[in-house]
Amino acid sequence: MSAPMPFWRAAGMTYITYSNICANLVRNCLKEPHKAEALNREKVHFAISTWKDGKAEKPVIRSDLAED
Amino acid sequence: MFRHAAKLLRRPVPTTSPAAAAVSRRPFSSDLPAAETADPAFVEAWKKLIPNIDPPKTPLSFMQPRPATPASIPTKLTVNFVLPYASELSAKEVDMVIVPATTGQLGVLPGHVPTIAELRPGLMSVHDGNDVTKYFVSSGFAFIHANSFADIIAVEAVPIDRIDANLVQKGLAEFTQKVNSASTDLEKAEAQIGVDVHSALNSALTG
Repeated sequence: MSAPMPFWRAAGMTYITYSNICANLVRNCLKEPHKAEALNREKVHFAISTWKDGKAEKPVIRSDLAED
Repeated sequence: MFRHAAKLLRRPVPTTSPAAAAVSRRPFSSDLPAAETADPAFVEAWKKLIPNIDPPKTPLSFMQPRPATPASIPTKLTVNFVLPYASELSAKEVDMVIVPATTGQLGVLPGHVPTIAELRPGLMSVHDGNDVTKYFVSSGFAFIHANSFADIIAVEAVPIDRIDANLVQKGLAEFTQKVNSASTDLEKAEAQIGVDVHSALNSALTG
């Protein structure tokens, strides 16, 4: 694609990835109580299950919360 | 490159016949009439059959109609500034808003031409009389409608007094160094994004 495009798209990045990187960088530059709140707000915990031949395989859990 | 020029110049211009002109000119989304709140055909049919009971409300009647474009330019701009986790400003009437669009600082006054602008990391200021509230926006979009409503959506926006200058300087130094030492295209792009965001933060703090 030779149309004029932002440097991040030329490098293969999508807009959502770019936007999330920008947001993370801004969050990391905040003053203390706000920084901890912001990083805490963005923590995620979810399970991904792939299905094969009509049967669910073991789900993979991705989490930013501390493992207890 | 110009092999097809003669053929393209010879083709008939679309606006010559009135029928073709009506079809080929697409209306702007800002030209639409205000949306209807009730289906008139349904209400008519109901009243004919059951004149004593009010017609039931349809989903269309629960929706707020789009505010119509006023004939004269309104005095205040209504701003909706939303983040994924909070609504910073909700239908707030202000005098002017300056947003950091990718094409430069965009000053929005009441009666601004309808615009969709992609935002870059930068300073956004909301002016209401003599008060100016400044936010640093990480990225997002600004939709300015014909009726002087502005919807600004951002992924992350903080008032500038919450930004730590030391962390910004450290980040800037770290990413400038990464840009020089980056090997793959993706790493270079990420480092460049870091440099852009941190220099924008820097100028927001000092400017």
